[in-house]
Amino acid sequence: MSIAVELRDVSRYFGDVRAVDRVSLAIEDGEFFSMLGPSGSGKTTCLRLIGGFELPTDGRIFLHGEDASDRPPYERDVNTVFQDYALFPHLSVLDNVAYGLRMKGIGYATRRREATAALEQVALGGLGDRHPGQLSGGQRQRVALARALVNRPRVLLLDEPLGALDLKLREQMQVELKGLQRRLGITFIYVTHDQGEALSMSDRVAVFNHGRVEQVDRPRELYTRPRTTFVAGFVGTANVLTGEVAARILSTAGAIGAVARAVSIRPEQVTFGAPGPGQLGVSGQVVDVQFHGPTSRFEINAAGVRLVVTIANRGAGSDAGSDTGRPRLGDIVELAWSPEAMIELRSSEEADPGAGASAGAGTPGAGPAATAGAAPGAPIDTATDPRDATRGGGNDPAPSGPRQSTGRRPLPIDEPS
Amino acid sequence: MNEAVHAPMAGPGPRRQRGPGDVVSTFFYRRRRLYLWLLLAPPLLWFGVVFIGALLALVWQSTYTFNDFTMQVTPDLTFANYRALLADTNLDIVIRTVAMAIAVTIACGFIGFPIAYYMARYTRGAARGLFYVGVMLPMWASYIVKAYAWTMILSKGGLLYWVVDRIGLRSALDGLLTLPVIGGSSLSTSNLGRFLVFTYAWLPFMILPMNAAIERVPANLLQASADLGARPSQTFRAVLLPLAFPGVVAGSIFTFSLTLGDYIIPQLVGPPGLVIGTMVNLQQGSVGNLPMAAAFTAVPIVIISIYLWIARRLGAFDAL
Repeated sequence: MSIAVELRDVSRYFGDVRAVDRVSLAIEDGEFFSMLGPSGSGKTTCLRLIGGFELPTDGRIFLHGEDASDRPPYERDVNTVFQDYALFPHLSVLDNVAYGLRMKGIGYATRRREATAALEQVALGGLGDRHPGQLSGGQRQRVALARALVNRPRVLLLDEPLGALDLKLREQMQVELKGLQRRLGITFIYVTHDQGEALSMSDRVAVFNHGRVEQVDRPRELYTRPRTTFVAGFVGTANVLTGEVAARILSTAGAIGAVARAVSIRPEQVTFGAPGPGQLGVSGQVVDVQFHGPTSRFEINAAGVRLVVTIANRGAGSDAGSDTGRPRLGDIVELAWSPEAMIELRSSEEADPGAGASAGAGTPGAGPAATAGAAPGAPIDTATDPRDATRGGGNDPAPSGPRQSTGRRPLPIDEPS
Repeated sequence: MNEAVHAPMAGPGPRRQRGPGDVVSTFFYRRRRLYLWLLLAPPLLWFGVVFIGALLALVWQSTYTFNDFTMQVTPDLTFANYRALLADTNLDIVIRTVAMAIAVTIACGFIGFPIAYYMARYTRGAARGLFYVGVMLPMWASYIVKAYAWTMILSKGGLLYWVVDRIGLRSALDGLLTLPVIGGSSLSTSNLGRFLVFTYAWLPFMILPMNAAIERVPANLLQASADLGARPSQTFRAVLLPLAFPGVVAGSIFTFSLTLGDYIIPQLVGPPGLVIGTMVNLQQGSVGNLPMAAAFTAVPIVIISIYLWIARRLGAFDAL
């Protein structure tokens, strides 16, 4: 496969702010490539650099092997679906879609035919005569898509295209976008702050933080093998143990010679109950329980550190409706996990020293839940809202959220058997 | 006291005493329609009686009869005044004035658009404030003083001639002034000079509405246009201009109607010969032929109405 878009050491500064800081990426032809990160992480600037709306301060950008670093947008063979669609309010839907062809000087009949076909492709066949103001958000989104696709670009840039849609519509559009991409074989470069979206649609994901790319990987690897504390926390929820506390927990939990600077344990890898043979375990007190539908989320205070555990709720007919047999608030419980569940991390270079923690994002659709649960200095942090992630350092007092640890003392940790 | 304030959930906070103002507010809060009508009544009365009423009275008067011998106006309805408008001398006045108004409007549009565009797209904060002051500053000075100042600038031996002499373009200027229609014995007595003064005087009225309209065009539409392959000139024609067009129309109505109705500048600058404004002044002032003056006043109203109708047909207000 050939390379569709390549960034070589690309930087973009706004004054003193390094919006994009020495980013190198190679995106293959026909790939669904996502750029994931919190707001202000540089992902949108990166997309705008590829589109030509920003020019790099440093570095080169190649489109299909040609240096396009200094080319204006109208000389690049890429098209963009803008975040708020940017439809022309004075043109009908059909004229909006035909706009690119009109600018290329294609005749009226041809561009009308092509635009109509493009509208049918996004299931908006009959709406060509309307004006954008008369359409719903989801319909506008499709018009924006048709307007870009009618030009048959080799690369389509999408800037949080589903951000303004409600959850159901977003899920539906995710499926449609992925199907469209597969059918057309166009390279999609997709910017999002929604890790669920990035994981479910992409062939590969680049995780951005503070203008830099922390990891580029396939979704499964990204989730199961995060390389940095930031990635572990931002992609899914993770119990990130760092430094001294990691050593303390791991030594008491029975990991012999645990010297990793940071490890990540996914909440779903932890179970309640005494550790089995070869497993690790700690005990602690339940300080928060949240029901999330398919799963329940427990926060456990173990040796002054908050650990998150998610347990699947079984379907109707079983005990999904009841809490029987489940730990309750205030219970003292034992936790167990396998050594393989622990992923060794490097700390993100730009993470605040002292905070020692990364941010975590909730499971898709989980909604805002607990934030910044760790006590000051305790390096476990489980911020849920990705937009808060940059600010979700461990020392931030959570403004709201179900915190109930006040006054509870950490419990002694059981020695493993 | 302090403790009560700082302790959360310590019962309801201190309440304000209800005075007569609160009673009135509550009364109107529950009667929104009455409130609205009370607010609207004075401006509606003003607009309806003073504005529309006066206009109708004017049009009505334009059909009165003026007796040339007795110099008396009698309320005998006639279309003689409008017929008189079509007489050669009067039609000349109308055409001369309209031509000047069109030229001034086009010039204001071409000079004003780049300024309005720059103000709206590239200035922020203090720089933008400076531009606003710069555009509006000339409007703060007395209009008559400015008109007189221009007569000095444009007269032979005036500032402009001095500058033209210095840069060695005197022969070019003299050549320009020999041209028919725009020329004259000097700049201050030529149509060219009058055009310059009008353009200067009405430029702010063109810039401000255009600036407001351009400001309202979202930047990402221009980016979307470029993204779809449009060169800057194409983006200008296909996106920016159509979306800013209501502002251009608003500004051009100002410059157009101000030029049509003005009677000061034509008296001070430019060739002799009447324009609509000076004709109205003459008819109602010296002659006392109010009906004829009213008929002349109806001309700009009709022309602006036609202009608005064309602008509407062109889709100028579709994006509103």
